[in-house]
Amino acid sequence: MIIEYSGLSQIVGPLVTLEGVPGASYDEMVELRLTDGTARVGRVVKVEGGKLVIQVFEGTRGLSLENTQTHFTGKPIEMALSKEILGRTFDGLGRPKDGLGEVYAECRRDINGAPMNPVSRVYPQNYINTGVSSIDALATLIRGQKLPIFSGSGMKHNELAVQLVRQASLADEADFAIVFAAMGVKNDVAQYFIDSFESANVMSRVVMFLNLANDPIIERVITPRCALTAAEYLAFEKNMHILVIMTDITSYAEALREFSSSKGEIPGRKGFPGYLYSDLASLYERAGILKGRGGSVTQIPILTMPNDDITHPIPDLTGYITEGQIVLGRDLDSTGIYPPVSVLPSLSRLMKDGIGEGFTRADHSAVANQLFASYAKVQDAKALASVIGEEELSSADRKLMEFGREFEKRFLNQGYNENRSIEDTLDLGWELLSMLPREELDRVDDATLNAHYRPQDSAQ
Amino acid sequence: MADKYQIYGINGPVVTIAGATSLRMMEMVYVGENRLIGEVIGLDSAMTTIQVYEETTGLSAGQPVFATNELMSVTLGPGLLANIFDGIERPLNALETATGSFIGRGCNLPALDSERLWDVTIIAKPGDEVHGGAVIASCPETSAILHKVILPPTLSGRIVEVKPGGKYTINDVIAVLEDEKGTRHNLTLCQRWPIRTPRPVAKRLAPTRPLITGQRVIDTLLPIAKGGAAAIPGGFGTGKTMTQHQLAKWCDADIIVYIGCGERGNEMTQVLTEFSELLDPKSGRPLTDRTVLIANTSNMPVAAREASIYTGITLAEYYRDMGYHIAIMADSTSRWAEALREISGRLEEMPADEGFPAYLPSRLAEFYERAGYTQTLCGEEGSITIIGAVSPQGSDFSEPVTQNTKRFTRCFWALDKSLAYARHYPAINWTESYSEYTVPLADWFVENAGADFLGMREQIFKILLDENQLLEIVKLIGADVLPDDQKLTLETARVIRVGFLQQNAFHADDTFVPLSKQKAMMRLILLLHEKARQIVLRQVPVSAVIKTGLFEKLVKMKYDIPNNKPELFDDYAADIDSKLAPLLKGRDAE
Repeated sequence: MIIEYSGLSQIVGPLVTLEGVPGASYDEMVELRLTDGTARVGRVVKVEGGKLVIQVFEGTRGLSLENTQTHFTGKPIEMALSKEILGRTFDGLGRPKDGLGEVYAECRRDINGAPMNPVSRVYPQNYINTGVSSIDALATLIRGQKLPIFSGSGMKHNELAVQLVRQASLADEADFAIVFAAMGVKNDVAQYFIDSFESANVMSRVVMFLNLANDPIIERVITPRCALTAAEYLAFEKNMHILVIMTDITSYAEALREFSSSKGEIPGRKGFPGYLYSDLASLYERAGILKGRGGSVTQIPILTMPNDDITHPIPDLTGYITEGQIVLGRDLDSTGIYPPVSVLPSLSRLMKDGIGEGFTRADHSAVANQLFASYAKVQDAKALASVIGEEELSSADRKLMEFGREFEKRFLNQGYNENRSIEDTLDLGWELLSMLPREELDRVDDATLNAHYRPQDSAQ
Repeated sequence: MADKYQIYGINGPVVTIAGATSLRMMEMVYVGENRLIGEVIGLDSAMTTIQVYEETTGLSAGQPVFATNELMSVTLGPGLLANIFDGIERPLNALETATGSFIGRGCNLPALDSERLWDVTIIAKPGDEVHGGAVIASCPETSAILHKVILPPTLSGRIVEVKPGGKYTINDVIAVLEDEKGTRHNLTLCQRWPIRTPRPVAKRLAPTRPLITGQRVIDTLLPIAKGGAAAIPGGFGTGKTMTQHQLAKWCDADIIVYIGCGERGNEMTQVLTEFSELLDPKSGRPLTDRTVLIANTSNMPVAAREASIYTGITLAEYYRDMGYHIAIMADSTSRWAEALREISGRLEEMPADEGFPAYLPSRLAEFYERAGYTQTLCGEEGSITIIGAVSPQGSDFSEPVTQNTKRFTRCFWALDKSLAYARHYPAINWTESYSEYTVPLADWFVENAGADFLGMREQIFKILLDENQLLEIVKLIGADVLPDDQKLTLETARVIRVGFLQQNAFHADDTFVPLSKQKAMMRLILLLHEKARQIVLRQVPVSAVIKTGLFEKLVKMKYDIPNNKPELFDDYAADIDSKLAPLLKGRDAE
């Protein structure tokens, strides 16, 4: 049954209030028809007796208390799904915007999804070879993982994301697809991604959801949910391996803040609503692998840290939910190192069970641990050198400094098109570690050292 | 039929009923046509406020709310162990069968399997006068744990009837009790208990026995007592969850209650798979046999996250009442505090610090005070140790949850970002952390680890503190200019840090180290330090001592000396003696 009401009783920012509506349900989707024939979509965000608060996604500009007819659809926002969505472009509310017409729906799904039962999950263990040394060796990406890129304005996170997609060795697989959600990014950034997908010949396997910087802000709250609903459908019903790229989470969180403050909610840290953690979790936790289903959802959300501050609520809460993070560093970026992965704060939590014998190589965790430990010592040596000058350092510290420079120049730094195999990456790691005296390598047992430690190599 | 009301308002997980009701505070209710579980959290003559433990999407004003006349409770009985529940004790395995891989709504399944037959031995006899907490029967619950059926603490009286021993389900009547008013109560294998009410005990005892965890930095430097409470604060990526997993795997409690409160789904899956493969070092049985898992992941409804902590501790208290030692891992209490904040915000309460409600400290205190070493009602000793992870926002320990947790726990294991960056795990910072249990545990250590244990511990601490001060100088002028005795301190401190404090969770031997080996390692390090100090006093440069390779050898002894070959420590000591003997003769010998 479709109920229709005319007129509104209040309009505040993106919210409108309607009175005397019995029976409307929480989170229900509504359609507001204006007398000029246009329509907008909204959703019920608060019920108080017969009074309803409705959030209008396209904004309330042009609405008056009289010129609107409100239709109640009786169900939450749903997304029409079928395998046809591959290669299509949608707007932030999941409506086709590429002019190719509606999607013939095989099924319709509530975009809010439902939490996966932890019992039904499969613990992700299959590693994805990205061909980027710093990620493969030190923060390994695992299929079914959520691994965000923490970046800052002006750094090369988009390039890195594209390189990951291109090199992820997934691209050759028949059952692989990308879901791309743009939230509040500039037009040319979205275009960069489209061009890159085209030149990598994967466009027919991409589902795009675009809410660009000039699109309605409140729509942004819905965009990632549409994208993840599409991803879950393809992964768990069509058995495909899905890589979801969401950019930029910071814009999403800001949209949420705007929505929350117009609703008059009590703000938490930096004005963000108290439920920001739960809300972000409802996105990130939709990555994973399920028992008995062939596919997987892997997420690479990108967020720009406001003022490069990793303790800002958005990166902070994200880091608590996601399974690690790849942090880009301004200092590396400014010295021209690409990808500017700041090694020490970067981490992949699922790495420990997805590397080593049978996955990558038996010595992988030894190399990774030692590189982390030694590079951490380089930072101490650097700090000391900035006080007393490098010439005054002890010979051990000077060796460390040398190691640090080579590590950044040869290991972290690699070409935008350079695809290194895991063997090359690990061998390179050993080659660099061999610059250090053997007793410095305290994270590695003797057997592994005997097999890989080659001090003469680096002397050449 | 219970009372029925109508929904008036809905705002996220908070639902209101207009007008006066006869509902009680903390009463469990069913909300809406789907019968979602909720709890009454506010009452006044104009409005009743309910928090709903499931997504409220699709509810509308006018839908019914059903009273249950029961406070928010959990079912306690055999079948809890080796099982996994959500925050309000819904069995996740059964939910999977019922609604598939995604959790559906309004699915009210009984917590325990009511079909399963348990092999029950009846202990009570007709005519017995029994009090609450008395053991009336028992049954083997898992291969590791004997389940004791205890009389609910609220009942007492005379047993008038018992069934013969045999196979019963949890709902079968196994005995009948007549209380002093002459009312008869049917006793079954299970009972209900409200989650927010602590179960009573006979008396609280002082915590004088340590919880041995096999982790060197904890057992030796920062020990925790059975019945104690510890906080593990740390920013993301510092290894809170890893540390908790390690403790859950290896600590010498009888039963582990692991509460995944607002954390990652994959982590719970990892616990599930890993614990079923690992064997308990004490009983040789799979770790799952002694574990109850409560999983309320971050995307599951926020109100149930708030309840999960109480559900977990109530289950723990139930097993404690049988005379077991329980360790609770709560990961993470910050998510629970945030759930409080979220609900409080929806109720439009006046916020205190950082938006948290003013009652945050009292709620934290209530929770941590449910830990303790106690004499149970049945006369046995049982304990609950709470180990709560704290996820401080922005890694800033001055935020309200960390600060208030610090007040109510006596053990503070601060995880350090820079240690984690250098992959030094467990990343427990030894200067910032503290344990107030060292004093009450001193007698135990003297008795069980030897009179010299605490002295050695102090010396180790002293070297680490000295190093900390020296590093301040090194930061300014470099290590090369330090005098030799200070260089020696730095070198020994390095051995302590890398060889002793740092522990490899993935190494077969190093993941769990018995206290005797911890002590033997300390002894060797101090032996080397003392000898080297004497050598340095004789004007021999410390570099000569380092050249012997003894320091490196000690760094790797954690791997090179297997846990079951303590005799190797004597060889090491002999090696130190023989290699240093020439140097001890002084400078001329060089």
